[in-house]
Amino acid sequence: MNNSNLITTRDLVKTFAMGDHEFTALNEINLVFKTGEFAGLIGPSGSGKTTLLNILGSLDTPTRGEAVVLGQSINELTSKKMANLRNHHLGFIFQTYNLLAVYTVYENVELPLLLLKMPATERKQTVLQSLEWVGLTNKMKSRPAQLSGGECQRVSIARAMVKTPKIVLADEPTANLDAKNSHNILQTMEKLNRELRTTFIFATHDEKVIQYLRRKISLNDGQVVSDETITGK
Amino acid sequence: MLLALKLAYRNLMGAKLRTWLNVLVLSFSFVVIIWQKGIINGWDQQAQRDTKDWEIGGGQYWQEDYDPYDPFVLEDSHARLSDATERAVAKGKLAPILISQATMYPEGRIQNILLKGIDPNQQIIELPSSNLVSKNGNIPAMIGRRNAKSSKLKIGDYVTIRWRDAKGAFDAEEVRIVHIFKTNVPTLDAGVLWIPLKKHQEMMNLSGEATILVTNQETGFDGSIVGWDFKDHYFLLTEFRQMIEAKNASGYVMFLILMSLAMLAIFDTQVLSIFRRQKEIGTHIALGMTQKQVIVLFTVEGAMHSVLAAILAAVYGIPLLAYQASVGWTMPAGTGDMGITIAEKVYPAYSLGLVLGTTVIVLIVTTIVSFLPTRRISKMRPTDAIRGKIQ
Repeated sequence: MNNSNLITTRDLVKTFAMGDHEFTALNEINLVFKTGEFAGLIGPSGSGKTTLLNILGSLDTPTRGEAVVLGQSINELTSKKMANLRNHHLGFIFQTYNLLAVYTVYENVELPLLLLKMPATERKQTVLQSLEWVGLTNKMKSRPAQLSGGECQRVSIARAMVKTPKIVLADEPTANLDAKNSHNILQTMEKLNRELRTTFIFATHDEKVIQYLRRKISLNDGQVVSDETITGK
Repeated sequence: MLLALKLAYRNLMGAKLRTWLNVLVLSFSFVVIIWQKGIINGWDQQAQRDTKDWEIGGGQYWQEDYDPYDPFVLEDSHARLSDATERAVAKGKLAPILISQATMYPEGRIQNILLKGIDPNQQIIELPSSNLVSKNGNIPAMIGRRNAKSSKLKIGDYVTIRWRDAKGAFDAEEVRIVHIFKTNVPTLDAGVLWIPLKKHQEMMNLSGEATILVTNQETGFDGSIVGWDFKDHYFLLTEFRQMIEAKNASGYVMFLILMSLAMLAIFDTQVLSIFRRQKEIGTHIALGMTQKQVIVLFTVEGAMHSVLAAILAAVYGIPLLAYQASVGWTMPAGTGDMGITIAEKVYPAYSLGLVLGTTVIVLIVTTIVSFLPTRRISKMRPTDAIRGKIQ
């Protein structure tokens, strides 16, 4: 494996059974993602963005072909190894934030570190640092219901970044946010990408997100129709 | 597992009212189950103690033909006491009792009774036999409250009794009721008339004979006596033990009802949780948990209800049960007339085994009930769960 190649997909196909026929969500996808990329899977609804993101995040497996994430072929991983991969190396940001409502901001961000069995003192420092990255140290005792949409998404970013993963997968992260909040969180993510060299892969059709991307991969009907790298950003 | 415990605790505390309602129902079951078992245990202990103190002492020697359930053998169930036995009686190790059938005529009515003769000076059982010391030539007799109530006899009343002696001759005489005693042991009371042993032996033409020999509780079995069979506590309390077992069985029905109600609440919460918290389940999986770990988390969360319930039950249950144990539980009027050994007040007896046993059973059942709905998690698609899509 080339060290800078974090993700490689080869002839990746994903089909779903739809009654008595099959629906092809992804068709012959061949992509490579390298360290530090700020890339986006762009396309309309049903183009296969989320499906591809789920496979790259080891939440789903390909029907045919191969997806190699950090040197591990998703097809061959047991559920325990998949969980281990997500636990150690992958961060997720969801459109609906997916924060745990009964936890405080601090507890939500702390959760991935608890799963990593990080010692308490180190865990506390790391959580505080992560909250500082997203500017939410003053809200750490609040619960998600007490936060605005933008703040919730920033908590979600802090939770994804707290374990300093190699890859962050963000599925429509701005879909529920207004323009100002969208730019705020995108700037936060861009900053983290540059400072920590974390690879960000988005699934989006939001123009606000697209303008921040340094690589735009367009999908349509489950196929890559263009793959454009923007230099100078 | 520690992580599951930590997260489960956080989830339960976060769920606030929902958690505490379940915990309250479960804690109520804890307290009622322990209280009910405590009442039966208390009754068992108290009744056994009363029966030993009042009736059976440290066990009884029965004349070999004696069978309390066969009235036809009663007239032959007596034997002369050997010299050694007489010495044991004199030393206060044995109390002989002669039993025969008789008929009593209170206020002209006819009533079959068991005539029992006992030494007025015996100290072995608590029956107040000292009242049977003859003072003015009358035959002193005493009866229990139940008998007094049914025969309408009072202290000072004379009543005619008729019996058939060992030679088959019928005779009758008046006895004077000198004492009415109160006991929790109905077999000493209902249908029994107590008179002095010597007088009874004289009436029956059975000088120096007895039907049973009650042993001192401290001595108990003191070697075999020819012609007499020793009956130990286990044998003499068989009927009572069987009744307590039957009561325990009915107690289990109550236990089942209470547990079912509490478990229904837990099961319902778990099913609802898994249905409502799919997004949370998906998020846990995305953050690096396996489906198995999520199942453990949800199971621990459900099972933890019983731990919290045990704590809550201890908070209000210990003072409540301790108070109950000190003041006792008054039995409904008439319970004592039902022919069972029971005090007017039963003092519940709780043991560590009872409390721990109940806690462990509730914990195991709650864990199983909590686990059953969580198996559904293993069938969930993580990608759908993350989106909260109903599966």
